[in-house]
Amino acid sequence: MTTNILEMRGITKTFPGVKALSNVTFTVERGEIHAICGENGAGKSTLMKVLSGVYPHGTYEGDIVYVGDEVQFKNLSDSEAKGIVIIHQELALSPYMSIAENIFLNNERKGFGGLIDWNVTNFEAGKLLARVGLKENPTTTINQIGVGKQQLVEIAKALSKEVKLLILDEPTAALNDEDSDHLLDLILSLREEGISSVIISHKLNEIKKVADRVTVIRDGKTIETIAKADVTEDRIIKDMVGRDLEHRYPDHEPNLGEELLRIENWTAHHPQDPSRVMVDDVSIDVRAGEIVGIAGLMGAGRTEFAMSVFGRSYGSRISGKVFMRGKEIKTRTVAEAIENGLAYATEDRKTYGLNLIEDIKRNISMASLDKLEKGGLVNDNEEFKVANEYRKSMNIKAPSVLVKTGKLSGGNQQKVVLSKWIYADPDVLILDEPTRGIDVGAKYEIYTIINKLAASGKGIIVISSELPEILGICDRVYALSEGRITGQLPIEDATPESVLKLMTMEKPR
Amino acid sequence: MSNTNTIETPAAGGNVNPPENKFTSWISHLLSDLGKNGIFIALVVVVALFTFLTDGILLRPQNISNLVVQNGYILVLAIGMVMVIIAGHIDLSVGSVAAFVGACSGVFAVTWGLPWWLSVILSLIIGAVVGAWQGFWIAYVGIPAFIVTLAGMLIFRGLALVVLGNTNIGSFPTEYRALGNGFIDGVLGTGDPDVFTLLVGALAIAALVIQQVRTRRGRQKYGQEVEPLVWFVVKLVLIGVAIGFFTWALAIYKGIPVTLIILAVLVLVYGVVMNRTVFGRHIYAIGGNRHAAELSGIKTRRVDFFLFVNMGVLAALAGLIFTARLNLAGPKAGDGFELEAISAAFIGGAAVQGGVGTIGGAIIGGLIIGVLNNGMSIMGIGIEWQSVVKGLVLLLAVAFDVFNRRRSGN
Repeated sequence: MTTNILEMRGITKTFPGVKALSNVTFTVERGEIHAICGENGAGKSTLMKVLSGVYPHGTYEGDIVYVGDEVQFKNLSDSEAKGIVIIHQELALSPYMSIAENIFLNNERKGFGGLIDWNVTNFEAGKLLARVGLKENPTTTINQIGVGKQQLVEIAKALSKEVKLLILDEPTAALNDEDSDHLLDLILSLREEGISSVIISHKLNEIKKVADRVTVIRDGKTIETIAKADVTEDRIIKDMVGRDLEHRYPDHEPNLGEELLRIENWTAHHPQDPSRVMVDDVSIDVRAGEIVGIAGLMGAGRTEFAMSVFGRSYGSRISGKVFMRGKEIKTRTVAEAIENGLAYATEDRKTYGLNLIEDIKRNISMASLDKLEKGGLVNDNEEFKVANEYRKSMNIKAPSVLVKTGKLSGGNQQKVVLSKWIYADPDVLILDEPTRGIDVGAKYEIYTIINKLAASGKGIIVISSELPEILGICDRVYALSEGRITGQLPIEDATPESVLKLMTMEKPR
Repeated sequence: MSNTNTIETPAAGGNVNPPENKFTSWISHLLSDLGKNGIFIALVVVVALFTFLTDGILLRPQNISNLVVQNGYILVLAIGMVMVIIAGHIDLSVGSVAAFVGACSGVFAVTWGLPWWLSVILSLIIGAVVGAWQGFWIAYVGIPAFIVTLAGMLIFRGLALVVLGNTNIGSFPTEYRALGNGFIDGVLGTGDPDVFTLLVGALAIAALVIQQVRTRRGRQKYGQEVEPLVWFVVKLVLIGVAIGFFTWALAIYKGIPVTLIILAVLVLVYGVVMNRTVFGRHIYAIGGNRHAAELSGIKTRRVDFFLFVNMGVLAALAGLIFTARLNLAGPKAGDGFELEAISAAFIGGAAVQGGVGTIGGAIIGGLIIGVLNNGMSIMGIGIEWQSVVKGLVLLLAVAFDVFNRRRSGN
């Protein structure tokens, strides 16, 4: 027997008109954590779909050897039966069913007469939860626990299937640092139990933390597999983008102007439970040409703050004052906020940012149709022209503006969202996690766009949970913790340590 | 900014067509058009089939005229319904509302003897009030439209009976009856075929051609892709011939039905509303992604509210046309209208999840149902089998749509 649990040899997968994978070779050793890196669209997910049988044997070329035997999976259950479990970025849990029910979904623990034995189900679920370190009752429903814990439930579910090879597609994309650390530790401890893992990730620091080897894929080809000792971020990035990236953040010379936005004593309560203060007496200001960062852990109230300001889209019992260029403005509805020069690009493009079944053109014009309206009618030729200009200036990679936004990659979707707000021509843009789920190359482009916006005299607020990003692009940083601003630092004084300290500062009790 | 040029990405592909020969581009155009106009082709197929099965009776002048008049009220409802469906809602109450408003109009025009025009205006206002009532619960209280209009279905059916006092109201004034039965004939002198009808048909074709050519020029001016000229001309000629044949049939028979005029105006106005006005765009945006629409500053509640007010007015209009046609306001009026209107919208390509659909599609969907009804009746097929066939057509039409969408992209 070889030491490899998995060998994929010469995998080629062609879609009509596109060669998604071309002669890819990929091996995983027993008890190894193997990371796959690559830009969006590089072919990582396609490779995993080939492996797990989503693309059945016969629709691709090449061989898969698993635990010493050549395998030909026809569907997902074939591969699961052999102990290959894939956990997708979008979790596949049923929100109103309990943790235990989800763990044993389609794998039910049956007792007498083929009926489900709830005692066994809950007991075994409890044991699995202990193994993944999740302290929750197995009968709790999924919608009552956070994303981080849901991720652990997915892993418990995989364990219940006697997993030998665990594939995680961007497992920490939606998690905060604490949950991410816990998850990564769990994957490391599973390795001790002999479970091999494949991690698809954009986050280079976590790859460095857990991966034994890293394989980089670009344009459907394997570029190289790097052993742990040789892994450096620069090398991975260079492999991923196919060129040297001297700096991950474009240079930015702030040219500060007058004060644009000032928010004073902003307080917002939880929409369902008004006794909980989610945003607590927050005051911030932004000047023209300035990029201001709001750093905070997940749950610190960053999105809640931004959305409550932007047309009271979140929260109840909201109080506080908003000033634009020194004059108080009202932002009671989104329309009013936009009218008064605010824009907010959401952290969750697919749910809150885009109409995915509509084309690029109509998404860009969505917030500013009045600009295209003349005599009661929308000029759709003009709309086409405007959208085309943005497609070129923002480098949205699509053959035309008539392509549906649902078909674009994350980075290009984000460029469409930004185009929408730039076309609305606000004074201050609030960008919530502007580069979440976007590959390194597109991130750089987004940062460049942000810089250009600032240079053109707009005020920018960047909300991010990625500290390097905040430190890389901002001129000034506010730290938010438990709904309160715990401090602000000019960029010269901001170090990862100093900002993190403020981000984790707890309320005096 | 020394590093902004570190990453050089190739410029996106513009409008440059990949080198391909003329023939394949033709074929690909034809295919994509077939996909887009599949519903139109389905109508042609259904018409051809029933022309054959009824030995040509289907296309006789009198029957063509009947087709319009018999289906007018369903088509009016289908216009409002497709808008509601695009926004992601549904309206089950339109049949009951039509009956209720028909009953009210009977009281106005017959019992109270009000002038016909005043009766019509009052009836439409009642429709708007009914729509506002339902719109209030849906938009501002946040109750799903399915529930609100299911309740409305019961409420307004009951109110129709209350207003009628368990009898029929009949014998409407002539002008009122014209809404459902009237024809415009002999305006420019009598004779068959009617000259005025032919003139209107010719004007309609001319207007269509001018509008299409202008749209094409406009798109070209802005560098947008347009279909090959030959295909464009062929399509216009085909549509022109169809309109010509249709008017010829009307001219030979009794002239232009008043119902058709009402419909034509509605289709034109609502076509523009959905395609070219901010309100229409907002409806599509809301149906496509309500959250994104809200966070783009679209007043989703207001749009929802006015959608239902509009639906109420159109349901009232359908009720008026139906009552006028029967010359009777009865308790059974409007029974099952909602189902035909909903079917029309879905056969016409509207998506259950919202965000997709067109006025034209809904009209063609309604016509397909109309031709099925009419053709099967001519053939003497019983009502029970008619229902089975219509059900299957609805199912297959939507299945075809789903299949098509899955093929074109995940």
